[in-house]
Amino acid sequence: MSRLKSAKEIPIGGLIDEAGSSRKFKTGDWRSFRPLIEESKCINCMMCDVFCPEHCISVKEDGKRGEIDLDYCKGCGICANVCPVKCIKMEEEAKFIK
Amino acid sequence: MYKDGRGGKVHKMSKTTAMTGAESAAEAMRQINPDVVAAYPITPQTAIAQNFANYVANGIVDTELVRVESEHSAMSCCVGASAAGARVMTATSSAGLALMWEIVGVAAGLRLPIVMEVVNRALSAPINIHCDHSDSMGTRDLGWIQIFSENAQEVYEHTLIAVRLAEKLLIPAMVCQDGFITSHGVENVEIFDDEGVKKFVGEHKYPYGLLDIKKPVTHGPLQLQDYYFETRSQQIPVMEEAKKEFVKIGEELGKITKKKYPLFDEYEMKDAEAVIVVMNSTAGTTKTAIDAMRKEGKKVGLLKLRLFRPFPYKEVSDALKHVKKIAVLDRSVSFGANPPLYSEVKNGLYDVKYTGKLHSCVFGLGGRNIFVEDIIGVFNRLLDGKLKDHDYIGLREE
Repeated sequence: MSRLKSAKEIPIGGLIDEAGSSRKFKTGDWRSFRPLIEESKCINCMMCDVFCPEHCISVKEDGKRGEIDLDYCKGCGICANVCPVKCIKMEEEAKFIK
Repeated sequence: MYKDGRGGKVHKMSKTTAMTGAESAAEAMRQINPDVVAAYPITPQTAIAQNFANYVANGIVDTELVRVESEHSAMSCCVGASAAGARVMTATSSAGLALMWEIVGVAAGLRLPIVMEVVNRALSAPINIHCDHSDSMGTRDLGWIQIFSENAQEVYEHTLIAVRLAEKLLIPAMVCQDGFITSHGVENVEIFDDEGVKKFVGEHKYPYGLLDIKKPVTHGPLQLQDYYFETRSQQIPVMEEAKKEFVKIGEELGKITKKKYPLFDEYEMKDAEAVIVVMNSTAGTTKTAIDAMRKEGKKVGLLKLRLFRPFPYKEVSDALKHVKKIAVLDRSVSFGANPPLYSEVKNGLYDVKYTGKLHSCVFGLGGRNIFVEDIIGVFNRLLDGKLKDHDYIGLREE
């Protein structure tokens, strides 16, 4: 997280004076379950990305599924739910905390 | 008077006409020619919106008049239009102001320079359509500039100042007048020439308009523990600036009107031993009482607040600190606490270590009449030391 700005540094009225600033809002720290993909089962149908509310599953140049961006993944589990081959399972986030 | 290209009447010279406070507010709005007005009828404000609707219907103004289904919607509409960059005005009273309360705070929090005419009326219950100040006092901590007006003339002039003040500092402003007493009482009002006023009011150049596609902005996003405090705190110093700006803009208007617009008026204060502090129409009644008492050699005076928010603590205290006896007249109460105006005056006097006698008098709730004799009575009791610390005027107590 970057340094929080002071009252004098931010625009008035709580307004946001730039476009696309939601990128700065990393929703990944809301996550209590993490999606894990079983690569061998995945058929690259991209249903997970279509349904992902954050669009945080990338598509590679060859059209195949890329990584899940954990900076934004809220752990909602929709991807696991819609996956036609059930290759995504949700694991408790606590398991990954070292 | 001549007609412009749209058939609107243009007043080339100032004119003095008999009109009500509601009409003088509508007249100011005609000259301001706001982009958007959204209002819902409520007694006694209705006369403002009705008069202004006539101007819209007759093509005298360019305003988009939005006839909404409630005051909550009226203020919501104003917020949207103002965020888009429009010059926006509205008007309300009593329950109407109470119903829009949520969005009144939003307007201030989003720093939208909306100007609202508030025709002061009692709050329910019991239901009552007549004057007291409990409606605008209920919104005194919401971050709006509040200007109180003694008569229809002041309503007109304060409205012109309010537009400039609001747009300069990006704080919404309300111009208050006494329901029925001012809003429906007919008196002579001088309306200044359209061109001069138009030049004074100028154009609204809002820097964060939603319609400016070259500068995309988001209004009203969520701010939690991380930023809400900082954003809210910005409203504090800018309110302080409103005091200076009110006087500055008033001086500019004074070039047209040949009048002065101080934060508060001092009437016969110089050698006064007993002073009444009051706002709105009762200040006029008090002046008449003072004139009569001065003829009898009694040293009495008046301090009439124009600006209630921001409250000019230091200025008021400096003006009052040498006065031996002060009665602060409130036309509203704060249940379980000191009445609002008394509370502020007392607050300020602490800083100057006031040693005189300060009294609170609550009067006129729900439009209970207050006459010159009542004010003379307060002054006499104040001078004779017979006024209670917390007293009432015109209340059947026993």
